[in-house]
This record gives sequence, C-alpha cells and structure tokens, in this order.
Amino acid sequence: MAVSAPAPAGARRPRLQTLLGEQPIGYLFVAPFVIFLIAIYAYPFFYSIYMSFYDYFFAAPGAVVDRPFVGLANYTRAVQDPLFHIALRNVVIFLLINVPVTVVVAMVLATALNAAIPLRSFFRAAYYVPYVTASVAAVSIWLWLFGGPGLVNKVSGPLAPNPTWLVNAFWVMPIIALYVTWKGLGLYILLYLAALQNIAKELYEAASVDGAGRIRSFLVVTVPGLRPATLLVVITSVITGANLFTEPYLLTGGGGPDNQSVSPVFLLYRQGIEQNHPGYAAAMGLLLVLGVLIVSAINRFVLERE
Amino acid sequence: MATVTATEPTVAARPEPAQTPEQGEHGWLRWVRLIPLFIGALVFILPFYYMVVSALQKDPNPNISGAFPNPNKLSLDNLVNINNAISLPRTLLNSGLFTGGVLLATLVFGVLAGYALAQLHFRGRQVVFYTMILLLVMPFQLLIIPLYVLIARNFGLADTLLGMILPFAINPTAVFIFRQFFLQLPKDMFEAARIDGASELTILTRVVLPLTRPAILTALLITFIGPWNEFLWPFLITKKLSLQPLAVALANFISTSAQRGPNPYGAILAGATVLAVPVIILFLIFQRRFVESSIGSAVKG
Repeated sequence: MAVSAPAPAGARRPRLQTLLGEQPIGYLFVAPFVIFLIAIYAYPFFYSIYMSFYDYFFAAPGAVVDRPFVGLANYTRAVQDPLFHIALRNVVIFLLINVPVTVVVAMVLATALNAAIPLRSFFRAAYYVPYVTASVAAVSIWLWLFGGPGLVNKVSGPLAPNPTWLVNAFWVMPIIALYVTWKGLGLYILLYLAALQNIAKELYEAASVDGAGRIRSFLVVTVPGLRPATLLVVITSVITGANLFTEPYLLTGGGGPDNQSVSPVFLLYRQGIEQNHPGYAAAMGLLLVLGVLIVSAINRFVLERE
Repeated sequence: MATVTATEPTVAARPEPAQTPEQGEHGWLRWVRLIPLFIGALVFILPFYYMVVSALQKDPNPNISGAFPNPNKLSLDNLVNINNAISLPRTLLNSGLFTGGVLLATLVFGVLAGYALAQLHFRGRQVVFYTMILLLVMPFQLLIIPLYVLIARNFGLADTLLGMILPFAINPTAVFIFRQFFLQLPKDMFEAARIDGASELTILTRVVLPLTRPAILTALLITFIGPWNEFLWPFLITKKLSLQPLAVALANFISTSAQRGPNPYGAILAGATVLAVPVIILFLIFQRRFVESSIGSAVKG
C-alpha cells in the first residue's frame, strides 16, 4: 500500500512511477479481474482451438489416453454436417422473425412511451418483467400455453395446426422466435427510449418547417435517428439465435420434432458433452465465433459508413 | 448474450426528461398513445398472471375459464407436489449460494477493478480495458465446451459450488458499470484525498463507495439476475441432485414430466412461480428507485 502514497512535489521515487504509472497499486487492484478474464475467457478460447484439431474425448482423470491429431477433419465434418446446416438455417429463421418484430414493436412502444403519459413507469416495468425472468420459468409458461392441451389450442380451435405447435416442423422455429422476442423486447424498448433522447429536437422542427406531418417526421427523423439501436438489434439477434439452448432443450424436448429446432449451441452440447466429441464441438464453436465476428464487423462497417 | 445486453439498466437509471417533438398535443392523442401501451402491457404481464393462477389450481384448467378460477377452489397442492419432487428449500438454497458467491466476488474484485480502470494511472490500463470490451461481445455459451473440459474434467470441479461459480465469478458488465460511474466523480476529490495521505483503498472504501451506492446497487442487481436465472452452465456442472439450483432441478423435472401422469403442468408452474417471483419482486422494488431518482433529478433541473 505504501507504494500508492501520494508523492508530494519533488519526492524521490519518480523513476518507478514513470515506469509503471502514477499509481502502480492499480496492478494489484485489477489483478484478480485480469486473472479471471484469462482463466475464463482467453485460456478456454485457445484451448478450444487446440481441441478442435484433435480427436479429443473425455477420459478418467489421470488416465493417459491417445488423442490423435486430426488436422482440419473436425472442421470439414462440421461444414458437411446436415444437423449443423439445420442449426444455421434456424438462426436465419430466428433472425427473419426476431429482428422485424423487435424493431417494429419496440420502436412503436418506445415512441408511445416517450411522452408525458400516465402510468409511464408501470408500462416500463411491465415490458421488462419477461426479460428479468428465468428462462426456465418463462419456458414453463409457454409450454403450458402452447402444449397439446393448452390455452392457445383451445382458443384457436380448428385453426390450430396439426401436429400441434411445438411438435410441428413448420411452426416450431417461429414459436421459439416469438418466445425469445417476447422475452427480450423490454430491453429493446428501453434501448430505443434512451436513443430517442439523443435525437436533436431541431431535426423535428426542421421537418415540420418543411411541412412534414407527424407520420412523415417519424419516418424521416425518428427511424433514421434510431438506426444505431436497430443495428444493435440485428447483431444481438444473430448472437441470441446461435446461443439458444433452453428453448430447444426444454420447450421442444431436445431440438424436436426430428431435429427441426436444434440451435448451434444445442448441437455443441449434444456433440461435445452428451456424445463425447468435444473436439468436434470445439470446431463448431469456433466456426460460430468466426460467424459472430464477421457479423459484428459488417455491423461496424455499416454503422461507421454513416 | 446476457453480457452483451445487460448494460441497459444504467440507461434506465439516467433521468429521462419527457421531452418530445409531440409536446403539448391534444388530449385525445394522449389516450390514443395509451392503447398500444396497454395491449403491450397485457401481452407481457398476462402470461405471468396465468402462471400463478394455473399453479394455484389443483388440476389446471386449460380453457379460458381456467384464467378466472373460483377463489375458493385455489389450493397449494402443486407447491407441495413440486416440493416433494425437487425439494424447494434445498434447491433455493443452492440457487442462493451460487448467486451469493457470484455477488460477493463481483462486489469485491469487480469494484477494485472498476476503480483501478477509472481512477488509477498505471501502464497497461487501456489494454485491460479494451480487452474487457472485446470480451463483452464474445458470447459465453460458445466457450462452454472448453470451459466444461477444463473445469469439470481437468480440474475435477464437477458437482462443486466452486465449479458452478467460477465462470461467473466477476461479471464484466458490472466492472464496466463501476468504471463508468467512478469516472464521473470529480478528479479534484481524489487529488485532495491523496494529498491528505489517504491510501487508495481508503479512498475507495471511505469516499468513492458511499458516493456511488446507486451504481453499486444497479450493478449488483444485474449480476444477481445472471446466476439466479442461469440454466446451461449449472445444468452441465451439477449432476448431483443435492447441489442443483432451482432452475436446473425444475428443468430436469420438466424434461422427465412426460412420465408424470397426464397433467404435470400444475407442479411445473408452481416451480416456475417460485423461481420467477424473487427476481420480479427485486426488480419491481428497484424499478421504483429508478423512477424516484429520475423524477428527483428532473425536479432539481
């Protein structure tokens, strides 16, 4: 601690300070966090690169086993795996439903909330409740609503699909996408609400001088002003779609029907842990990280072009 | 996912002056605005009401009338059933220990790191900060396989509390929030304290923390939600029933519920209610704090 004591003008130890900075005790303060980041993020990341080149499998602790180097075999296997294709297709389906619904509903509700209206904090809290709820609990409600004997089938009567929603190959991904959209929407409403505060009032005044009505000024001022928030929706949607686990595991009973609702992370779990091919799962995981990085880069590019 | 999005409540914490282009509009328009807001609120909240009333019916009724049960016929049978299956006190205790461990580590090590990143000058500080930002974008789930191999297999921490806590121990989002709030404190205050001979630890605990209590609470609430709601990691690491948090035990109950008779939903929903209610209550209490502080700062100008 003595190191951090302030040095009154002209003290004798400026050399250490020019080398390490004014408060070297900062190293001590930040050390646990840095160790944590290395142990939980950096090291596992590099370890998974290592695993992905081997036919890695679990063995009893301490047992010496031969885990042969297989080069790119895990990667070529992933690229050719029809289940991995379904998982990626499901991310696309998820994206196509999640993004438009989130953007439209969150924009409308945030704009409506962005005024001196009664019950403002009630609405804000209400929209946020699904977001803070455990996914296992929220999935339970949707299981009950959309299950065979559930309320949705009772209400929709003859319009209900056969087989029922969660075991219907066509409906299963749209239902998952709607569920996740419902659960996460509160966050985006608040994000849009915050973004609305950053749109300069002058823009609206200019628009109204130019004769723009309420709807026109929404389209020419509000929508472009919210663009950064909208791009954030796109990128988180890709990440969320790739990371779905509770939904295919619980809501559709293990990626069913007939693997039509598998997600990439669900496949990682099944291959890497259930079926003891962590090397293969690591390769799939790294392909996904690459995909996420590419999407982020595109996102960045579009954002900075503005 | 959570790491990417959880920064939001700071946004909510900021005062939001209701300044809009539509200010001073006609009375009827105000009411038109309320229609989508009310529909939205129903869509978001009704499922939770439905969860609670269904859980309170001995044999949940899936018809529309099931949403409006006779209050005299409500029972706690489902709570008893789910408790017999997965022992609520034990699973709640496990959830609490898991969450408590994460909160403690985040509070101690996260505050230290946030303070160092905001107010201490040392070589390499920017590197640590930008590495943290980079990692915030990386979805945790994609590291699940190597983490599982390392923690469960190589370190032998499967079925231990430590193994469950480790990957979540210091929430990077919380560190980010701590840093942002510590940055806003006036520089002169730190200089004055240092000239008075206070050590950095003293400055942190005696000066900084009392001034940033709301930020600490915000960050801790976000951190609380993470492990309490987390399913995938504790599901992988705990095979022993006696160590499973409520979310994991309930999920296992659901995935084997097909063999539990024709209508297992009552017990499932009772468990879901127990899992959801603590967080919702905490959030609602906290939400009021947010609103009060927003109004307070708006009044002060």
